[in-house]
Amino acid sequence: MLFVWPKELKQLGLLGMNSRNINYIARHNPRHLYPIVDNKLLTKKAAIDAGIRVPELLGVIESNHELSKLPQLLAPLTQFVIKPTRGSGGKGILVISGREFDFFLKTNGSKILQSDIRRHVNNILSGLYSLGGKPDKAMIEAMIQYDDIFNEYTYEGVPDLRVIVYKGFPIMAMLRCATHSSDGRANLHQGAIGVGIDILTGKSQYAVQHGRPVTEHPDTGKSFKDLSIPYWQEILRLTAGCHEMTGLGYIGCDIVIDKEQGPMILELNARPGLAIQLACGLGLEKRLSFIDRLSTEVMEQDADKRVSFLMSNQFQE
Amino acid sequence: MSPRAQVYLLGLLLIIMGLGLMAYKSEMLSMPVKPGEYATVWTVEAKVGFTADGGAVKVSLALPKNQNNMEVIEELFSSSGYGFNIYDNAGHKRAEWTKRMASGKQTLYYKLDVYKRPSGEGLPEFDASKMRAKPNWQGERQEALRNAAASIINNSWQTSSNKESFARQLLKSLNDKSNNDARLIHNNLPDKKTVDIALDLLSLAEIPAHIIRGIYLEDDRNRMSADALVEIFDGEKWIVFSPNTGAKGLPDNFLVWQRGDVSMLDVAGGSRSAVSFSVLANDVPARKVALEQMGGEQAALLDYSIYSLPIEQQSVFKFILLVPIGALIVIFLRVVIGIRTAGTFMPVLLAIAFIQTHLLNGVLIFLLILSIGLFVRSYLSRLDLLLVARIAAVVVIVVCLMSFISIVSFKLGVEQALTITFFPMIIIAWTIEHMSILWEDDGPMEVLIQTAGSLLVAIMCYLAMTNHYIEHWMFNFPELLFTLLGMIIILGHYTGYRMSELLRFRYMRRS
Repeated sequence: MLFVWPKELKQLGLLGMNSRNINYIARHNPRHLYPIVDNKLLTKKAAIDAGIRVPELLGVIESNHELSKLPQLLAPLTQFVIKPTRGSGGKGILVISGREFDFFLKTNGSKILQSDIRRHVNNILSGLYSLGGKPDKAMIEAMIQYDDIFNEYTYEGVPDLRVIVYKGFPIMAMLRCATHSSDGRANLHQGAIGVGIDILTGKSQYAVQHGRPVTEHPDTGKSFKDLSIPYWQEILRLTAGCHEMTGLGYIGCDIVIDKEQGPMILELNARPGLAIQLACGLGLEKRLSFIDRLSTEVMEQDADKRVSFLMSNQFQE
Repeated sequence: MSPRAQVYLLGLLLIIMGLGLMAYKSEMLSMPVKPGEYATVWTVEAKVGFTADGGAVKVSLALPKNQNNMEVIEELFSSSGYGFNIYDNAGHKRAEWTKRMASGKQTLYYKLDVYKRPSGEGLPEFDASKMRAKPNWQGERQEALRNAAASIINNSWQTSSNKESFARQLLKSLNDKSNNDARLIHNNLPDKKTVDIALDLLSLAEIPAHIIRGIYLEDDRNRMSADALVEIFDGEKWIVFSPNTGAKGLPDNFLVWQRGDVSMLDVAGGSRSAVSFSVLANDVPARKVALEQMGGEQAALLDYSIYSLPIEQQSVFKFILLVPIGALIVIFLRVVIGIRTAGTFMPVLLAIAFIQTHLLNGVLIFLLILSIGLFVRSYLSRLDLLLVARIAAVVVIVVCLMSFISIVSFKLGVEQALTITFFPMIIIAWTIEHMSILWEDDGPMEVLIQTAGSLLVAIMCYLAMTNHYIEHWMFNFPELLFTLLGMIIILGHYTGYRMSELLRFRYMRRS
């Protein structure tokens, strides 16, 4: 089959790009609240204020003349991540996993010099990776030591969890696993694997690569069947809390699970993509309208109660 | 009322309003709905510009006479604050503007509508007794010039049988770049054009001849100067030659403005005077109705129509009115089809450039600039430049490429490539920047998809914008803009699936 009929997509409850933009993003995400999710520094600050765990901030480079500060900043660090504060789609993120003499080691094993890092920061500052090419700031974050359970489910990159939160209710989740063909990046359109996670149990239910179903990781051969995300209840409460933290009605929360510190918010997205539907093999529309039908009493509960409500009602359709 | 209902109501209202106005105009004011039903009327505008010295000013402009195959339908003069008069000077009609005091830059307009008859050729009779004065090439210094002229005349005489073939041979030798005599004459008289030299030589050969000035009637020509032809008398009749090609006969679409050796424009009391012409093609009924009803009661719609603008601006508006069509197509292709393009409205600008360059040339030039630009940009990225500086550098490179392509193709004789200047260079520079980041992040495949997508959208826009019907409707019924606005508003609220999503979700699990 070369394509699917619109009627079929409708039956599956699939959310299309136009409907997402008009019915969910434009209606539930007020424009003036965007900076809090588009700027990762602001997100981090808001999350700390709300008591939500985030990766530790090690330093910020705000302008070109602060570049001279870089060697001093990097001197005590062996493992760290440099990213643009307004980047999108994982662009401009440099992960250093160790040092060897003068060299910095990237996760794929290649070695770079401090001057290469300096150039990368310069690119970030000039706005190469930011939305609309605006000048940007670079932030240095602690590297996540991802939980051992993911060891065989990823190739080089950190696996992260994407949860769609609608009006404070987590409604769909997927785990994004980097592969060799995605070059260690966790973007589905670049060839990463999307593993659909059952929102109620945290267990895997489906997996796709390039839009087609797969059962095992192509590089490690590990089957996704027995994957179960640890700290699942905590993750659900964490993501549900992002609604109060940002004020946005329709968000994508990116979660990473650290070996020692547990789940934490990596970033938030006010325009989350639609690929999660492919990964879960489910349409978003039915769950969105389930939430829309809830009474205001249910809606106004706090994050913990909303999660328990979901657990007991299980998206009765 | 819900936003959705408001959108549909407003959209429908606008669509109906636009179509209603169009229907009213075509029913009540008999604007033709179909293009090209009628013969073309050419509107020619002569614009006289000069700087007045501050005192009394007298401007006199030669006026075109009726020609056997051209009929002047209507004449209009604009002369704000000037006294105006048309007078006959020994068979030559001239317009005269006068003013007691004027200073600074002055502009005067003379506009006429000409209808080209399908039949009828040649020019009216003309007195042949007057001879042009022979050129004064006396003195030792001019000896080489005299000899060269004599040599050309002699050679042309030897290789011809009568005055007509003599004139043709003479023009041919004058335009022959390898003819040494001709080159010598041109070098000695750098200020004179070929026409004037030809006339001088003809008078040396005792053949009655004079210049014809006029313009070629071609659509959308702006600010051009008059072209010249040579006319000789072979003893029985006048024969017209093109001074640059030697072709015989009056070109079919040539409007004779001035015949014989009188001046085109005289300005007393001013300096830096020049006359330039603009030409525009119109459909007869539309034009006639518009003019007849000027000042009438129901004419408000027409009085404030685009026809009331000077024609130079009219032809600019022809393009501007097509931009919304391009915008509508872009929205349709992005929202309903789901084609990915580089930059939202970049394809519309590209389509406008294509209209000037023609499709195939345009696409080739665009791809050439883009690929060379990407190549250069990949080097620039290693230099650690700031973003703004890098884009500025790409702009400079794009301009260099444009000049280079123009010069090379002109030398190769491909004149179309000169229209490359219509390419929006800043937009192209941004496109190059965008594409090169895309290449680094998502690989060459994504660059290919977006380039192809942008080109596809640009070509669709081009095809719509050059469609004869759409062009005619937008120009004659600008109220259709309301209809377009309504359609855009309704499309902006389309929440259905994109065609591309039917492809994207084709492996979606079906339970």
